[in-house]
Amino acid sequence: MKNTTKIAGVGIFLLIVFVMVPWAIAASGRWDFYYTLTSVALLSIASAGVWLTFYIGRINIGQGAYTLAGGYVSAVLVTQAGVNFWLTLPLAGLFCAALSVLIGLPILRLRGVYFAMITLVLTEVARLTALALPITQGAKGITSIPLPRELSLFGMTLIPDFARLENPKLAFYLMAVILMIASYAALYRIVNSRLGHLCRSLQQNEELASSIGVNISYLRVLAYAISSFYGGIAGASFVAISQSIYPSSFQVADSVNFMLNCFLGGLGFVFGPMLGTLVLYFGWDLLFTTGRYQLLIYSSLLIALMMLLPNGLLSLNQLRGKGMRK
Amino acid sequence: MTPILQIKGVSKRYGGLTAVNNVSFDVAKGEIISVIGPNGAGKSTLFKLISSFVGTSSGEVLFKGERISDLAPHVVARRGVVRTFQETTIFRSMTVRENVIVAHHLRSKATLAGFFFGTAAARADVQTFGASADDILGFLGLGDIRDELASNLPQGHLRALGMAIGLATGPEVLLLDEPFAGMNHDETMRMVSNVRRLRDERGVTVLLVEHDMPAVMKISDRIVVINFGQKIAEGTPAEIQNNEQVIEAYLGSEDDAIGM
Ligand SMILES: Nc1ncnc2c1ncn2[C@@H]1O[C@H](COP(=O)(O)OP(=O)(O)O)[C@@H](O)[C@H]1O
Ligand SMILES: [Mg+2]
Repeated sequence: MKNTTKIAGVGIFLLIVFVMVPWAIAASGRWDFYYTLTSVALLSIASAGVWLTFYIGRINIGQGAYTLAGGYVSAVLVTQAGVNFWLTLPLAGLFCAALSVLIGLPILRLRGVYFAMITLVLTEVARLTALALPITQGAKGITSIPLPRELSLFGMTLIPDFARLENPKLAFYLMAVILMIASYAALYRIVNSRLGHLCRSLQQNEELASSIGVNISYLRVLAYAISSFYGGIAGASFVAISQSIYPSSFQVADSVNFMLNCFLGGLGFVFGPMLGTLVLYFGWDLLFTTGRYQLLIYSSLLIALMMLLPNGLLSLNQLRGKGMRK
Repeated sequence: MTPILQIKGVSKRYGGLTAVNNVSFDVAKGEIISVIGPNGAGKSTLFKLISSFVGTSSGEVLFKGERISDLAPHVVARRGVVRTFQETTIFRSMTVRENVIVAHHLRSKATLAGFFFGTAAARADVQTFGASADDILGFLGLGDIRDELASNLPQGHLRALGMAIGLATGPEVLLLDEPFAGMNHDETMRMVSNVRRLRDERGVTVLLVEHDMPAVMKISDRIVVINFGQKIAEGTPAEIQNNEQVIEAYLGSEDDAIGM
């Protein structure tokens, strides 16, 4: 894609999320819509992480474990240590990245379905751990978490106290969208820098990659750690909004959805998981009206879509012209 | 002068099978050495031992006097000993040029974080890698197809690309496993001259496994013959062609092939 179209695309996107959406919501009075879009933005951050593990050739169905862990890290730090939420956000990401290094070192040796199956178990392990540990307070969970406090630097307010805002829904929406944009910008840089090129070399042939001197186990762990960092900050942000977290806040079904978002949007496109999350989230909601056939229709549609568009929704764009690659 | 590579009594056992059995030989800097032997003799396994793709059961390999066996492949590549694969192994969904660029990994001066933030060092690396890739592709006669997707290439070009990938790492010793397989006569002769130029112009020491006897006789300074995992002979092409044991074990039925 040419640079001008790229810039135009980004401009339109920014215009939509920062101007048109708030305007449309104010005009229609559907304030609840902020919550929906905030969720989509945060879920798409977790999905972006999963997409990066796909990029090194691993099917990751365990992102729910890291969103849950990130959520608990933030909740515990805020409620029990009085740490400012804004500080817990990177800490939750870093905690998940460190955790994923320990988990990833042994399991990233596995490929294909073996890796996928192990990651599928992770979310359940995370749930059981949250149930068992004293610090996470078992099935009761952690509730009544205060809203994010003011963040200031040298006496200058960077982010206002959410509890004193007139419209915290809008504030959360802006926070989620900004986080999402930052996450995808970073992902875009990763993919289009040498790191991405090396990730693709892993995806295509690990033996050959190691023959040209790539430390494949290091690179796999690095990509997985970044992926889990994304999961951690998404989880922490969710907790700030819902002001509570339970062992069941993120489940196996969420992990599966994070993966499906990537498939649906397209594994060859950095912005695939963002679109995938949006479509899947709203698709599911729309189908709610169909009652007990919801899951059946949903699954059939997904299968049909993946058969017709194996490279994801964004490949539609590529069919028209050679747009948006990478 | 100490040899650049010393293979010292290496063995590899797979369960009851001894794929490589106590093989020793030296390689001098700038030599082209062929390893020949019937299918299943253990040639590929020997290359994997040298490049640390598999661990030894006993023995060791020294590169410039330092042990390189039983390390990791990327560590050995970093030292300067790089292998290509018997099967055509390339990055299928990259273009020819991207294949060669990514293979410059070991020459990076910038860190991965540097590449992420686009530091001056990273931008310089990107420049250097592109120019070097074009140079290598031109050298191997792949310049015209640099933007082709690798998966679209015919067999002959794939072999050349495999060699280009190996060359991009900046190796001192290159191990080529059947580099002429699947090539017609003309392509083989072109590759033979490429391998020579690799040594003459770039000072690369080359070990290769090949079945194409005319090519082997033409290209090699020395030949090592392996049968059932054991070295049965070592010498110049002329010596090997006249070695009783070799003729009996391997070449005998292929008189025509060696042109004796
Ligand atoms: N990973 C392995 N596991 C078990 N046996 C192997 C393995 N790799 C090679 N072999 C056996 O070792 C012997 C030598 O194989 P190889 O080195 O590929 O022979 P060559 O390259 O000379 O044709 C063969 O009998 C082969 O079946
Ligand atoms: Mg072989």
